[in-house]
Amino acid sequence: MAFFQGQAKTATKHMVDPALQPWVEKYRPKTIDDVSAQEHTVAVLRKTLTSTNLPHMLFYGPPGTGKTSTILALSRQLFGPDNFRNRVLELNASDERGISIVREKIKNFARQTPRAQMVASDGNTYPCPPYKIIILDEADSMTQDAQGALRRIMETYARITRFCLVCNYVTRIIEPLASRCSKFRFTPLDSTSSTLRLSQIASAENISVTPDVVSTLIDTSGGDLRRAITYLQSASRLSSSTNPPTPITSKDIQEIAGVVPTDVVNDFARALGVEVFGDMDTDGPVDGKKRGFETVQKKVKAIMREGYSASQTLSQLHDIIITHPTLPAKQKAKCALAFAEADKALCDGSDEELWILEVGLQVLRALSS
Amino acid sequence: MSLWVDKFRPRTLDELHYHEGLSARLKSLAASGDFPHMLFYGPSGAGKKTRISCTLKQLFGNGVEKLKIDQRVFISPSKRKLEINIVQSNFHIEITPSEAGNYDRVVIQELLKEIAQTQQVDLNAKQRFKVVIINEADSLSRDAQAALRRTMEKYMSNMRIILCANSTSRLIAPIKSRCLLMRVAAPSPEEMQTVLEHVAKKLRFDLPPEASQQIVADSGGNMRKALLVFEALKMQSPDLSGSLKIAKPDWETYCHKVADLIVQEQTPARVMEVRSKFYELLSHCIPPTVILKTVAERVVERVDENLKADIMHWAAFYECRMRIGNKKIYHLEAWVVKVMSLYKVTKHFVYDFDMSEFE
Repeated sequence: MAFFQGQAKTATKHMVDPALQPWVEKYRPKTIDDVSAQEHTVAVLRKTLTSTNLPHMLFYGPPGTGKTSTILALSRQLFGPDNFRNRVLELNASDERGISIVREKIKNFARQTPRAQMVASDGNTYPCPPYKIIILDEADSMTQDAQGALRRIMETYARITRFCLVCNYVTRIIEPLASRCSKFRFTPLDSTSSTLRLSQIASAENISVTPDVVSTLIDTSGGDLRRAITYLQSASRLSSSTNPPTPITSKDIQEIAGVVPTDVVNDFARALGVEVFGDMDTDGPVDGKKRGFETVQKKVKAIMREGYSASQTLSQLHDIIITHPTLPAKQKAKCALAFAEADKALCDGSDEELWILEVGLQVLRALSS
Repeated sequence: MSLWVDKFRPRTLDELHYHEGLSARLKSLAASGDFPHMLFYGPSGAGKKTRISCTLKQLFGNGVEKLKIDQRVFISPSKRKLEINIVQSNFHIEITPSEAGNYDRVVIQELLKEIAQTQQVDLNAKQRFKVVIINEADSLSRDAQAALRRTMEKYMSNMRIILCANSTSRLIAPIKSRCLLMRVAAPSPEEMQTVLEHVAKKLRFDLPPEASQQIVADSGGNMRKALLVFEALKMQSPDLSGSLKIAKPDWETYCHKVADLIVQEQTPARVMEVRSKFYELLSHCIPPTVILKTVAERVVERVDENLKADIMHWAAFYECRMRIGNKKIYHLEAWVVKVMSLYKVTKHFVYDFDMSEFE
């Protein structure tokens, strides 16, 4: 019965069972020193911890590079667990963030003067500087009007409130806001720090991963640590749920990440007249096979039947062609044009089969001319 | 008396015929208690929905089969009323947010928050969470997808989301990275034949191999279509022997007729004729993309090799325009005229065609 009571207790407190918690949340950095890579930003922010002065900040960079983690860790270090709730307001895209919210909620929060410092309950002392922090996550999805309304608020309450805007595309933040903040650029993670972090998590979770798996994780996630961690968690879930538990392979990771298997893409590329290197079992001269409309169409239909995603197939094909060692630059340029057109069309929601076929035919034509 | 497709739909994960590896994974995930958000994707008729309902049954037992249909009213920010149909049982809820059109964000936000903030009250329930199934997830707007992001992390303890989509291209990366991706590929011809034989065995009659091969070839990897065709054939000729004629749907023959018209003659009068046929097709609710694809594929079959690539290029080009644009018929016509002029020009070059009557 104790088991059930324990469960009920956690439920009433709205706590997530740590076993079910996403690892991304579980292993979020607790202090800014834990943040992987980003040395420059961390060095600047560490100074603010001692001087307790903070400018308005604008964090930008690709997803999964630690923007949200950094600001959360920083504010936790500044205020400690007790004051965190009344000193920090976090808003993101899932909350309504129209102009009315900016006018009411943000303004009201910004206007309050923070209460005097209390002694922290866990015995540690925190700097607890005399201002509040408002974190606007995913700020690039805020409308122009809402951003405009922030301008004056940021200045008026600058004495008691600091803003931190977090976004992926700095160009979507209006210029007046950007000029009020000091900007921090977050760069995609290099493979050494990703490897380090992933193996830390793996050892903490008691799962064994081979270096091969780690390198696949890093390849498929492209510098996005959050994606790498999520893939790792899904893979470990799958492998531990089978009976007996099987070790994680890099093929599992590819399947979870939705990557099209290399031989499928190579096969498609070969049908388009691209010589694919790297795999040894290419039998005979590829040029001997008749290439034409029918073969390409058949290949495209097969890919669609397998259910692979069009954008993923295109990006992998793109990698093969653009990094190809022997193709002349002019042909590559023609192919690149076709890829760009197709990407735009897919973003607009066009039919996938038609556009993969189109790219295939264009590449075929570019290479045979 | 229900259709065979529904009558013989597998109810549990053990009854599924193909993709055994996938079924085993789903089964062990459902048993482990650590069930993630999931995204099922694959071509239509591959069995995504069937797999989802089997997984639900594995998770919650027979209770999920007691369904009720509810109509809910949501109010958009501009005070418009939206009526959405919701299929639900005690343990799960199924929505098709694309019904709400532009306002799908409101539906997603309200409905998910409401479900997420209530806990499972049934003490006998096997799982502590509820499942939300979102159909046609690839037609969700960007806003709605962005609204899902944080909700998926925050309410993990009360709710799991299962997304069902034809392709992952239109889903934003943050959603994909939060789900466990499940690719459901179309069954291979042999796998489809075993399913057909299984159905025939259940109904206690013999299925000649030629007939099943023909059905499989015609369906193009779509299991649902194969079963429907199978049932129709059985109605036509009960013994399923001799030369079978699989009736193509009317719209398909109609599209082929249009393609033939285009290839036969290229004049303004012919364009008018094609135009009225297109109107006919559109007024019967055939999606314009399907029309364009079917006609283009047929046209390509009957022209020279060097023209094929161009025809597909323009088909892709105008298909994209059609999505962005408003009036579908313009783009269909533009494509027809383009193809006709291309065809004419090459014909002129090759055979030195007499153009005098058009000048």
